[in-house]
Parts: sequence; structure tokens; C-alpha cells
Amino acid sequence: MSTSVEPRGWAKAALHVNGWFVYMFFYAPIVLLVIYSFSNSRNVGTWGGFTLDWYRDFFDSSNARGALSNSVKIAIFSTIISVALGTMAALSLERFTFRGKKVFDALLYLPIIIPDVTMAVMMLLFFGEFFDVLDALFGLGLRKGFWSISISHIAFNISFVSVVVRARLAGMDTDLEEAAIDLYASRWKAFRYVTFPQIVPGIAGGALLAMTLSLDDVVITQFVAGPGWTTLPVYVFGLIRKGVTPLINAVSVTMLVVSMLLVVLSIVAQRVRRSG
Amino acid sequence: MRNLKRFRYLAVLLTLALAVSSCGSDSDEAAAADCELNQVDGDLALYNWAEYIDEEQLAEFATEYGISATMDVYDSNEAMQPIISAGNSGYDVIVPSDYMVSILIADKKVQKLNSDAIPNAKNISADFSGLYYDPSGEYTVPYQWGTTGIGVNTTVVGKDFPRSWGLIFDPSISGAFDGKIQLLNDPRETMGAALKYLGYSLNTTDKGELDKAKDLVASTADRLAAFNTDSADEFLTSGETVIGHGYSGDMFVQFLETDNPEDYVYFVPEEGGTRWIDNMGIPFDAPHPCTAHTFINWLLGADQGAALSNWNYYGTPNDAAVAGLDEDLLDFVNDPELLAGGVDSLEEIEDTGDFEINYADAFVEAKG
Amino acid sequence: MKTVVKTDTETATATPEFEKAALRQESRRGLFLALPAYLYLIFFFVISLFIVFIYSFATRNRFGGTDLSGWNLDSYARISEPIVRDVLFRSVWLAFITTVICLVIAYPFAYFLSTRRVAVRNVMLVFVMIPFWTNFLVRNFAWRVILGNDGPLTNATEFVGLGSAELLFTQTAVVLGLVYGYLPFMILPLYAAIERIDRRLLEASRDLYGTGLQSFRHVLFPLSMPGVIAGSILVFVPSLGAYVTPEILGGAKTTLLGSYIVTQFLTARNWPFGAALSFVLMLVMLVTTIVYFRKGGRTL
Repeated sequence: MSTSVEPRGWAKAALHVNGWFVYMFFYAPIVLLVIYSFSNSRNVGTWGGFTLDWYRDFFDSSNARGALSNSVKIAIFSTIISVALGTMAALSLERFTFRGKKVFDALLYLPIIIPDVTMAVMMLLFFGEFFDVLDALFGLGLRKGFWSISISHIAFNISFVSVVVRARLAGMDTDLEEAAIDLYASRWKAFRYVTFPQIVPGIAGGALLAMTLSLDDVVITQFVAGPGWTTLPVYVFGLIRKGVTPLINAVSVTMLVVSMLLVVLSIVAQRVRRSG
Repeated sequence: MRNLKRFRYLAVLLTLALAVSSCGSDSDEAAAADCELNQVDGDLALYNWAEYIDEEQLAEFATEYGISATMDVYDSNEAMQPIISAGNSGYDVIVPSDYMVSILIADKKVQKLNSDAIPNAKNISADFSGLYYDPSGEYTVPYQWGTTGIGVNTTVVGKDFPRSWGLIFDPSISGAFDGKIQLLNDPRETMGAALKYLGYSLNTTDKGELDKAKDLVASTADRLAAFNTDSADEFLTSGETVIGHGYSGDMFVQFLETDNPEDYVYFVPEEGGTRWIDNMGIPFDAPHPCTAHTFINWLLGADQGAALSNWNYYGTPNDAAVAGLDEDLLDFVNDPELLAGGVDSLEEIEDTGDFEINYADAFVEAKG
Repeated sequence: MKTVVKTDTETATATPEFEKAALRQESRRGLFLALPAYLYLIFFFVISLFIVFIYSFATRNRFGGTDLSGWNLDSYARISEPIVRDVLFRSVWLAFITTVICLVIAYPFAYFLSTRRVAVRNVMLVFVMIPFWTNFLVRNFAWRVILGNDGPLTNATEFVGLGSAELLFTQTAVVLGLVYGYLPFMILPLYAAIERIDRRLLEASRDLYGTGLQSFRHVLFPLSMPGVIAGSILVFVPSLGAYVTPEILGGAKTTLLGSYIVTQFLTARNWPFGAALSFVLMLVMLVTTIVYFRKGGRTL
């Protein structure tokens, strides 16, 4: 019965070529980055023979190691929270009608369209006041750091996650879910066993996006960070002022490896849970 | 649904409360912190420019006083200022530049220093007393200083060039190097260079003078490779540019990294240029003011001052430290043509108040 | 199609009592789902946004701080100045080009992905994201090396005899950098939307119409519209506000909106104007977004 919808002839060739082109485009700078992270020359772009010095410099520097671990902690935490909140928000907007929906809809777009620096400034003002208020009310001498950075990252990531998940949910067939409900499955069960598996790719995409954004953010983090909470991008931003050396390449390659490990770990964890 | 409405009111109220609380309560002129010499009252949180102090030097301080020391970095005065001003920053020592010190003092965001806890302040050179931004040195002590000038690749440009801003702005001098010239991406520095070339003060508040400088920069914009602040020195040594506008220490460090440092020259043109001074200060709400005093005093010692300069290659305001400086650094600093117009031709950037807006706009307009 | 969701007008046309109750329950459920994110954003976003909104009517003081008094509309009035108009026009144009290029590259790619086997496509998707776990700034610097005067690209073109490709510090380099930076933002939602489309619809259309182009125009593209819209917004918006790429790859030779706003906050220390610019920008984008969705035939 299946008449293949695979494009044929030139269209198929064009799709393949485009696919290869995209990957080449994506990886050209990455390959360069990796190569020069082993270069024994202070200038990125001049090959000075093989060395591991830049990696040694990186791991010798307690600031750099601290920044790496800060970044990873914040990325993991903020991704988990924002995926949960963002997915719920996406479901509510795609599948339900409720009062205040339109306002909520518009509100969700604001963190996406607000310029970075504006959000940075406003979160700075907010935490300046918020911690004062908490201090006055409860005597909590809070300092900016993990929480202020994570709170800010979650604030913009909720929106990005919900946009990606909604793109998945939008116009998705609801027949199956309704059929399940007609068969007296509870609303929750219908969701759990019918809708959820279908939107998993959307959620995964949203999570990847959220993690990427969290690992990349400089401006907002810089403004809401406290002593000792420099993240890797902020650290790199500082290094650049002094000179773009292969040290930042080594930092990036390390970041790359760490992120890949995180993803592999989460996949393994999923497998284990499923088979267990 | 009513709950939601009530929540909205609550949110609005809370917002108003926050907004109101941020206007009020300027604390009275506080006295300097009551700290004794070498007293520490907690860990040190330093907020400094990137790559401005060796981590190991900081670790040395921590070990010596049995505390821990962390450093976070910023890349511009303007990025640091709001973070300090907003309060609750958690930092004990900051390193603002000259004009920013005057702003922080006026805004009451730095506290007075207790001179009893900083006896090493006596090491500071007389050249750094009576500074316009903190005349009596009540609030800050100088950290490092440097100049803004021109770096030249002499293998391309030759050794025979005028030590003038004309090397950048006059096409009859440098027309051959169009597309290989870079200016700083900073309104005050770049408009300042143009103002100096035209014979004006780089702190002018005269709209007519600024307009002329704007036209000059605009006419030069097409001849540039880039407006760039972070990579001026690397562009020069990687061949992206042959004439570059940048900061003294950055240039020196980068020249030394090349195989032939003598191929490069850095100088401040005869018309004059910027001298900037970075300073140590203690934020108004620093959690550990005594540790901060102790750190400042420690860094003003002869050995520590020399170690600082030998690491970042910027000038030291510390007379006692000069004896300990590297020879490479001294070679650069003692170049007789380093300051083509002499020390008197240098100016510090001052805050021009509301006129800052004109500088920012003029720069944007000049770029087109 | 959607039977679960009833619009307000339908509710108004009176239905039996039990159905009303069911609707109320639906509404409660929806709100319950939305509430955590809703509250979060109100508390951690809207309140602070409101503070900045107040700032946009305040006055820059002599010391570059902001006086929360002397309320005025001066900052908004400045937006009509020619310098702001030029910056805005340039930025919108550049962001538009970037979005179109991203769409043209990403669409076939997302479709290609969706035709792979499930295991393969997941791996391919992860490989799309991997480069973006390096640092954003560092990627830009890598491109600067590639495009630079002694970089691989120039060496390649010179080798082939095309002369030196002087791309660095041009508008082309800026667009290239932006496309590189935001292409995944287009691919992800497009893939999510295309992958979901029932393949049988495409098969049917192939059976009926015959040509691939027609089934693309009449079936695939319309069905993937939510992804196109979401992707376009995710690319257009950050492109409009971009300032790192224009600075590193464009040599900061022209001022774009992102840099202009950053300049107000971090150079001119003119927060009221920076805030006012941001709010005008956000308003324009919000309106564009909503209109775009309406044109797209549905509210997202």
C-alpha cells in the first residue's frame, strides 16, 4: 500500500546535498576550534605545533574550573525547571481555553523578544530590590549567585521551550486522545499514554534549546551573578578582552565534551529507566 | 478567577512598593570602616577587569591571611557600575577607572577608606596625588595606569612615519594602508583621538568641536578595517591591520609574544592622548570591608606592586615597586618616543555629565 | 478539527448545564496547567519589566544614573530622530534577510531529517545541536579566523585563483554569522512541525496530483506553517537584537539596533532612552508576531 513519498531524482539529490552542506557549515568553525586548541601559538589562526598547554592552563586555573562547574550546574537546573513549566504552558495554550489565556500567550512572548541587555538590567534591578525586601521581611541575607542566575535563565527559557513544544502540539490530531477518553481513560492517562509520547520530540528539542541558551548566555548572567558565580561564557568574555588565545578554544572544546557527556548520560538514564 | 485578579493587584502593589523603595533612603555620609591594620573580617570577593591580576598572586594573599579569595571580572566600567549601584553585589574591592570613580563617589557607591589600615599608600608616586576624581585620595588608591595610543607594524609601514594622529586620520599619510587601520570601538576614546588631532581637549563639551571630530571620524570610517576594542593588538600582529589604536599594556604584551617584538612600535602621538588610571575602591555595602582594606594595603607593597605590573604590563603608580620591574617592560616604558608630546600632552577622560549622550550619538552617526 | 477546545463565542451561545460544568472544569484544568509558568513569569519577569518600564519615563542624571523623578516622555520622543530610524531600518532589513536565508536552508533540511529512520534522525538532530554547545562568542571568533586575511577561506580562493575573498568586516560576514548562529532555532521548530505531519496525507496528495512541487505547495507547506512561523520568530527576533556578531564579524562599522540599545545602557549610561527603545522594539515585535499568526490563519 505504501507509495513512497520519498522525493525522487533531482529533489532527492538536492535534499542530500543540502543536508551535507548544513553539516559542513555547522562544523567548519568547530573543526577549526578543535585544531587550534592544540596549537602552540598564542594567535588563533597560526599553527605553532602540537601542544596540550592550553588544556593544562585551563585545568590549572581554579577560576576556569569553577566557571565550568557553575555553568553546568546552572544549565542542568534551569533546563529541568523550564522544560517542566514550558511544556505545561504549551499544553494549556494548545489544548485548553481559560480566562487570561490571551494575556498569558502574549506574556510568554515577552522574554523572547526582549533585548538581552534590557532583560539583564531589569533582572539586576529586580534582585537588588528583591533581596533587600527579603532581608527586611525575613532577615535573609541572600547573595546573588546560583539562584539569581538560575531564576533569570528559567525566566527566558520557559518561553523558548513552550514555543518549540507548541509547534509540535499545534494542529496535532486530538482524535486519539479523545478516543481514549471515550473509552473511559482518565484525562491524565490519555495524556500520559497518548499525547505525551507524541510530543516527546518537541520536549527534547525544547530541552536542547534551553540548555544551549543557558550555556551561552553572557549579558544577563553577568548582571545577576554574584561573587564566585562567574559562568563559562562570562569567563570567556573576560578572556577575550585580553586577547583571543587558544585558551578559549580549549575552554570551548571542554564545554563541548561536557555537553556531549550530559546528553549521552541522559540518554543512558532514559534507557535504563525504560528497561528497568 | 477572582483569585487571579487579586493576584494581579498584589503584583501591582508589590511593584509599586519596589519602585518607591528604590527612590528613597540615601544613607548619610558614613565614616570610614573601623578596621585595624591587617585585620580580616571574612573572605575576599574581588571584582576586577579581566586578566588584570595573576590568580596565583590572589591565592598568595588568601594563604597569607588564611581566608579564601574569589575574583569575578567585568569588561567595562559601565557594566560594573550598575551592578555595584544596585546593591547586594557582594563584592569587597572593585577597580573602577578615573571618571567612573568620580561618578561612584558622587553617587555614594564607594565608601571612605580608613587610611590607618592602608599605610602602604605612602608608596604611591607623587604623580598620582591630587587626581581630579578623588583629590585627597579619600575613597580610592591607584591600581595601575596606562595610555591609549597607536601601535604600528614597522615592517609594513616603515620606521619613518610621523608620530601623529594623522597616521590614522590623514589619508595623505596613511592612504596606502586603507583597509588595514583600526580604531577603538569606544566613543570617548575614538572621538577623543579625533579631538586631539584637531587640537581640542578630549573632554570638550563644545558641540561645534565635537561635530568636527565626528566628521573626521566619519571620513576615516571607510578607510578602516574595523572599529574594535578587544582585539586591537592581535589584529596588528596577525596582519589584519598595520596601524592600530589601542591600550599600552595590551600592545606591549602582544608585541612580546611575537618572534620579532622590535618590528612593532607603540606610542602616544604628539598631539596628546588619553592617560587612564584604574583604582581600587570599596563598595558602599561591601560585606568584608576590613579584608578589603588589608588586600589594598597588601597590594600596595613593593613586591606585590612589581608582581602586578610584571604580570599585566601596565604602569605601576607604586614608586617602591619600580625597582622590581621586568627589563622588557622597562624597555618599552623608557622608549624616548613613547610619549611623543610629553607627559603634559596627556589627558584623563572626565565624565562630561549629560554631554556623554552627545559623544555616544556622534560616534554612532560617524559610523553611519 | 479541534473539538476539545471551545472558543468563548461558542460558550456564549448557551449550552445545557452539564456541558457548561464540563467547560468550567476544562477551563480550570487549563489554568491549573498554565499557572506555574504564569506565576513564575509574573513574579520574576513582569515585576522587573515594570520597573524598567518606569525607568523609561525617568531622567538620566548628570552622573549617568537615573533619577526616578521628573517623569517625562523625552526618551520616547527621541525615537523619531533620523539616527534611530536609520538604525532601525538597517537592522530590520538585515534580520529579514537572515530569516529568509535560514528558512531556505532549514526547510529542506528539516524535511530531509524527517524522512530518515527514527534512530538516525535523533542522532542527526543531536549533531545539529552539538556545535552550539561551544561558546557563542568563540564560534564567532572561529568565523573571524576562517574569513580573516590569512584564513582558510582566503587561502582557498587564492589557491583556486579567485583572488582574496575579503569577506571579514563586511555586511556579508555579518549575515553569515547570524545565519550560523540562529539556523538551529529555525531547524528545531520546523522539524518538530514537519515530523508530526501524517505521511499518508502526502501519499494521498502524491497519488492525486503527481508532482512533488504541488504536494509541497498544497499539503506539506501549509501543514508545516506553525513550524515556519515559530522558527521565523526565533530567528528574526534575536537577529534584530544581535550585537556580538556585527561587532566581531562586521567590525562594528555600522550600528545595528542591538548595539544601539547596548550603547545606551553601557556607554551613554542613558537608561531611560535604552528602556524606551527596548519597549518600542518589543511592541513592534509583539504586534508583528500577532499579525503574522493571524495571517497564518490561526492564533498560536
